[in-house]
Amino acid sequence: MALTGVLRPGHMQIRVLDIEESIEFYTNVLGLIQTGRQGDRAYFKAWDERDHNSFIIREADSAGTDFFGFKVLDNDTLNRLESDLRAYGVTTERIKAGDLLETGERVRFEIASGHQIELYADKKDVGNGQAYVNPAPWTPAADHGIAPSRMDHSLLYGPDIEKVKDLFVNVLGFFLVEHILLPDGETDLAIWLSCSNKAHDIAFVRNEAPGKLHHTAFLLDSWERVLRAADIMSMNKVSIDMGPTRHGVTRGTTIYAFDPSGNRFETFCGGYQAYPDWEPITWTFDEVGPAVFYHDRKLNPAFLDVYT
Amino acid sequence: MTTSHAVTITGPTGEVVHEFRCAEDQSVLVGMERVGRDVIQVGCRGGGCGVCKVELVSGDVAKRRMSRAHVTESDEAAGLVLACRIFPRGDVAVRLVHRAADVAA
Repeated sequence: MALTGVLRPGHMQIRVLDIEESIEFYTNVLGLIQTGRQGDRAYFKAWDERDHNSFIIREADSAGTDFFGFKVLDNDTLNRLESDLRAYGVTTERIKAGDLLETGERVRFEIASGHQIELYADKKDVGNGQAYVNPAPWTPAADHGIAPSRMDHSLLYGPDIEKVKDLFVNVLGFFLVEHILLPDGETDLAIWLSCSNKAHDIAFVRNEAPGKLHHTAFLLDSWERVLRAADIMSMNKVSIDMGPTRHGVTRGTTIYAFDPSGNRFETFCGGYQAYPDWEPITWTFDEVGPAVFYHDRKLNPAFLDVYT
Repeated sequence: MTTSHAVTITGPTGEVVHEFRCAEDQSVLVGMERVGRDVIQVGCRGGGCGVCKVELVSGDVAKRRMSRAHVTESDEAAGLVLACRIFPRGDVAVRLVHRAADVAA
């Protein structure tokens, strides 16, 4: 598949209660690489990412998410998508280049679920520590802490997710990969959307309160690395929510856990490659348990109640 | 072995729901979990999600930062705290004030 338009999740900014404690956690427990510090924000990338930053933390008096950004192919694409968003009736604003370190101009807009979404075309390529000619397969950073290879996707909680789906599908070029229905058999409780051939690039769960974060997900290469992540979490007394287990949705193997401010994150492996011509997979409400946690076959109370 | 203190959890009308010993280096919430109880709802354990909000009725505690989205300054002045962010420094009594379904934001 030729990837054009929106390429991938590019950056996520979350709020933390104590930035020094969080830098220690994200650097030495999760195993991201700190690439910058600017005022009340610290910047990170995963070891195998090439762009300067993918995960930004900001000290604040509440936890949660500030914005989620997607990288698009080029500036022409950025201009076209901004024009398409405005024609669709979405108000957009431009945030100047450099507001985020090593990042070009961003187009920001609010979606019906209350989240701030961004598109941008430029972020500095700092590489993964290997050359682009004759590289080695990995670097020492690939084993420091949990050491995911990339920030992969996010699950966000908010209202009006049918409006969110319409915008992502009909304006931004995403496709629906899986969804869970409410008891009425028609309305979506949850949707998983892709702009690539990943099983999900972003997902939403219907929730009364807008603009909430369920989790930010980081990719691991194997089930054994997921188990190693759980060991590292317990060695560091990290607050684990669920797992290691498997999701029915996307078939990914997973752990849900919380950062020191209570922001949930996921370390996961697997899931399948999806294509836009595929029929979406549907989960009915009576099977919501195995859809979310395939082995337990039931939701834990925290899945619906606990978010930031 | 760290010094521990008695923690009493009461229901909204003051009836004793559970009593346990909690070490000084454990939050009241995690201390409760260690002895296999869940009378206070367990969420993120990091002060961010707000589901473990209780009223601190009596006792000295060390507090860590709690999300102002869930414990405002006036809440805190009224004795409301997140059980995951208080660490006993003497015998402590907390009172249940809600379940998660009541958490608005």
